[in-house]
Amino acid sequence: MAAINRDDVAHLAQLAHIEMNDEELDRMATELAVIVDSVKSVSEAAGADVPATSHPIPLTNVMREDVVGHVLTVEEALSGAPDAADGRFKVPAILEES
Amino acid sequence: MSASELIRSSAASMAAKLAAGEVTSVELVQAHLDRIAEVDGGERGVHAFLHVNAEEALAVAADVDARRAAGEELHELAGVPIAIKDLIVTKGQPTTAGSKILEGWMSPYDATVIKKIRAARMPMLGKTNLDEFAMGSSTEHSAYGPTRNPWDLDRIPGGSGGGSAAAVAAFEAPLALGTDTGGSIRQPGAVTGTVGVKPTYGAVSRYGAIAMASSLDQIGPVSRTVLDSALLQEVIGGHDPFDSTSLTDPSTGLADAARIGNVKGMKIGVIKELHGEGFQPGVENRFNESLELLRNAGAEIVEVSCPNFGYALGAYYLIMPSEASSNLAKFDGVRFGSRTLPAEGPLTIERVMGATRAAGFGDEVKRRIILGTYALSAGYYDAYYGSAQKVRTLIQRDFDAAFAQADVLISPTSPVTAFKLGEKLDDPLAMYLNDIATIPANMAGVPGLTLPGGLADEDGLPVGIQFLAPAREDARLYRVGAVLESLLEEQWGGPVLDKAPALASTAAKEAN
Repeated sequence: MAAINRDDVAHLAQLAHIEMNDEELDRMATELAVIVDSVKSVSEAAGADVPATSHPIPLTNVMREDVVGHVLTVEEALSGAPDAADGRFKVPAILEES
Repeated sequence: MSASELIRSSAASMAAKLAAGEVTSVELVQAHLDRIAEVDGGERGVHAFLHVNAEEALAVAADVDARRAAGEELHELAGVPIAIKDLIVTKGQPTTAGSKILEGWMSPYDATVIKKIRAARMPMLGKTNLDEFAMGSSTEHSAYGPTRNPWDLDRIPGGSGGGSAAAVAAFEAPLALGTDTGGSIRQPGAVTGTVGVKPTYGAVSRYGAIAMASSLDQIGPVSRTVLDSALLQEVIGGHDPFDSTSLTDPSTGLADAARIGNVKGMKIGVIKELHGEGFQPGVENRFNESLELLRNAGAEIVEVSCPNFGYALGAYYLIMPSEASSNLAKFDGVRFGSRTLPAEGPLTIERVMGATRAAGFGDEVKRRIILGTYALSAGYYDAYYGSAQKVRTLIQRDFDAAFAQADVLISPTSPVTAFKLGEKLDDPLAMYLNDIATIPANMAGVPGLTLPGGLADEDGLPVGIQFLAPAREDARLYRVGAVLESLLEEQWGGPVLDKAPALASTAAKEAN
């Protein structure tokens, strides 16, 4: 498995939508390299014949009646939003103007 | 009975006093609010609470007293107060998850466990401190400052649920709710000399617990006695259609199991890999004493081996951050929580999101999100997340083999006693090692309980003993836990918390 470097962290931070300054990127790269190194034995633990477990206690086909159930009112849904208008979430520009 | 004696009682005995009319719920709640005012605040306070819910708690208490006086039949725990870990959403009280990003946020709905607590008419004293989004083993990663261990105010109370454990240990509440993803109920229980239980995955609804790692998270009880945790799990457990991972099993028979009072013929498996090397000598000594007591009480002690537990920590630190990075994507500065604008440049949603998450999340949260994003990225998924999921299968197989030889398993809960505040803050790996004995239960979904096993010789600090049972066999934990608790208390001449130092009043100091 590849080691994690500063460029990787910068790319990952972008994917995860977390702005990071140079100092943070340096520190995070050092710390993550140690952590990634310590977990790498995991990839050698199980053979190809071992099935993956995604869920500790498997349940299948958990359904409910297809009727309107417990829902928030518009007012409740917007109550914690940083900005709202006309019964909707208000966001800054989606696209950068060029 | 004086207020200071009253708050040291168990929840079960508080319930009995309420039923007998020896005390009112208002008196009981007020005694706890007074205790919180006395020891929780100030520079050297315990700081277990992020929010105190005095007005509502007293109103619920007064309502219980009126109903009781009118002869209404009430729930056994009606009028007994409880503290809530601030990861669980509550109407009428802020929910922060210990994060700046949710500072002051008010949930528009109640978690299912909160609805059940309201239905039982248990007054909620407030919301307890935690590592940000439950990520940590010391409560030092809270954005609102650490909680202090009532046994030694310079030491950590464990984490992430250090607030709930410390509140119960400091007699600020008889009961609390916690959440346990890798040990966040059990490890704080161990280092504060209290009881905590991670129920079987799905035995208690997670609807309204802010998710960290959905395939591992579990809500559970925190208390000072095994019976109290059993009573609380009966209140909060059971099927919930709002949580599709919820089991349909009823949450009954747990308090009865705690009252059985014997372990004759029970087979108890000592997990070879979870004691000895890497465990503090005082922890090991108390652990061996507990084994001896159980053996003398008629249990059969056998050794079991779980060879794949050695991979559990590594697999956990791939699965948990992967799931956390997805779950925390919802904190985007649009739907709830804070919004931070970038200092310069164009104001697009993407840049606002980046600035919001940079300002709102602490270091540990950022570390786990980046690690999870890495483990889930194309080209690494199979080697990381995929391999870790295979390790989960191996751990489940280890448990299956162990439970073929034993009814319950036993280990120390934490390899060490409470360490000093700040000691492991700059070493994430050292911090992660605290959960080595608690993580396997989350990986396999099996239930686990911690109870105090005494004090370590070298530092006089509490040691936790952990029991593990097969999935859906939570009752076994309460049975064996209550027996060991009574054997130990007989030896000590009272509960372990009687040996904790008295807390100085921080309220008085502030007035000086």
